[in-house]
Amino acid sequence: MIIISKSDTNPSSIEPSEITSRETFDNRRAFVKAAGFGLAAGSALLLSGKARAANISGGATEGAGRLIGRANAPATDKGADKAVIKYQTRQKIAGYSKTSYGAGEKLTKYQDVTTYNNYYEFGTDKSDPAIQSTLFKPRPWTISIEGEVKKAKTISIEELMKLAPLEERIYRHRCVEAWSMVIPWIGLPLASLVKWAEPTGNAKYIEFISANDPKTMPGVRSQVLDWPYVEGLRMDEATNPLTLLAVGLYGEVLPNQNGAPVRLVTPWKYGFKGGKAIVKIRFVEKMPLTTWAKAGPSEYGFYANVNPEVDHPRWSQSSEKPIGAGLFGGRIKTKMFNGYGEQVAHMYAGMDLFNNF
Amino acid sequence: MNKQQILYAKVAVWLLALLPLARLVYLGFNDNLGANPIEFVEHSTGTWGLVFLLVTLSMTPIRLLTGQVWQIQLRRVLGLFMFFYACLHIVTYVWLDFAFIWGDIIKDVAKHPRILVGFAAFLLTIPLAATSNSYMIKRLKTNWKKLHQVIYLIGILVVLHFLLLVKKDVTEPLYYTAVLALLFGIRLYFKYRTKTPKVQTSVRI
Repeated sequence: MIIISKSDTNPSSIEPSEITSRETFDNRRAFVKAAGFGLAAGSALLLSGKARAANISGGATEGAGRLIGRANAPATDKGADKAVIKYQTRQKIAGYSKTSYGAGEKLTKYQDVTTYNNYYEFGTDKSDPAIQSTLFKPRPWTISIEGEVKKAKTISIEELMKLAPLEERIYRHRCVEAWSMVIPWIGLPLASLVKWAEPTGNAKYIEFISANDPKTMPGVRSQVLDWPYVEGLRMDEATNPLTLLAVGLYGEVLPNQNGAPVRLVTPWKYGFKGGKAIVKIRFVEKMPLTTWAKAGPSEYGFYANVNPEVDHPRWSQSSEKPIGAGLFGGRIKTKMFNGYGEQVAHMYAGMDLFNNF
Repeated sequence: MNKQQILYAKVAVWLLALLPLARLVYLGFNDNLGANPIEFVEHSTGTWGLVFLLVTLSMTPIRLLTGQVWQIQLRRVLGLFMFFYACLHIVTYVWLDFAFIWGDIIKDVAKHPRILVGFAAFLLTIPLAATSNSYMIKRLKTNWKKLHQVIYLIGILVVLHFLLLVKKDVTEPLYYTAVLALLFGIRLYFKYRTKTPKVQTSVRI
């Protein structure tokens, strides 16, 4: 199918090359991958005039691919709202290194990782995010670094991804709802951003604020949570080597439903600690009031460390259902700190983990 | 409705009532139960048990509102399908979810209000199912009706069980709660509509 743009000021100026196929149009949220694509992206921008209309089809493995740019008239944006629901195009990430994290773990299937998501900005059903996130545009993207830092400034996602070499890390992921996955994330340590930002002596915590655009995130139109989604870490947790800013998974650019373009991953904590689609990183002195702690103070705490001894008031946390184990897969025992005690337990020495849940 | 038509209606109930199970079996064999199949089966059987509970509870309001009585004869089979799906729900929990690890199950039931409430509701359905046959109806006489009024309590417990399940978004359980409240409301309305004292007519069976 072909969409001909009933364009802006001068319809006769549309070149045939600017006519975008419906498929490409629907997929235009497939974004320009930074590494190795600087030049290609640059020319796409020149062609289109607007970054968010730029579209490179094909992954990094296919080389530069076709470049299709189009004028992004508001009139056609409305068409996108009615677009047939379609999954996003998948795009490889180039230039990351493998690590020994999670070697030997059995990965949860890509299909499960990308269709079973808690991401209320796109709906409260776990199948919602994959379906309802197709209008979300993770590029261009900027992250505002604020608060008690010397470098309080806004950086682009591309700049963020250059703060440290990208690594693949296989982490266990334990949801507060007692299910778990094993996910090969790609990202960089949050510590590298903290170091770059040069926090002042007053910075005791970091607050992560997620996007809340009602136009592209249908879930935020309902007041099920207090938007925007806010998460936070203590400074030592933030700089723990395990803490990752993930920009991809399974060797590919992070899908929208998993928190594109950048999300937090703290594998020893329940999954809700991982703020998605981060737009602000604020260095603060006081412990941030996080979204779930606000929504249910008796059920969700600031720390949210995986702890089989401390049950959720309404269900047990002593075991978990591994996603992908099938109908007869049963449960496995949940480990303290999700099995990452060696790397993180020292941060909580002497702390009452029952009351600081 | 004559006997023949009631029979057809019962056959239709059976066929329709088995569709949710057929769907689960079909999806199961096609590896189509999603990323968390146990949860899928748990939620599906639980939801259908609740649906049959509400359908069973709507037979009397239909009579009160329309004066039709034939559907009362479907109440037993509908109630038994509620019990059937409740059993599948419990089996899924005990077997697929907890793999018969009784220690964990007992702990889970005792410690968590959601499970406790659901389990209590299930226990209460057992005497109802056991006394649903014609022999017990005759034997228990007027006590049978008293016993089977427990279904109202079961209804309340089941929607509470559902409300306690969700992390935050109570929309879905609230729909079911609203239907239950409506069914209760119709009964109460007809019960207290007339202030005239009830004429005591003791019926001996």
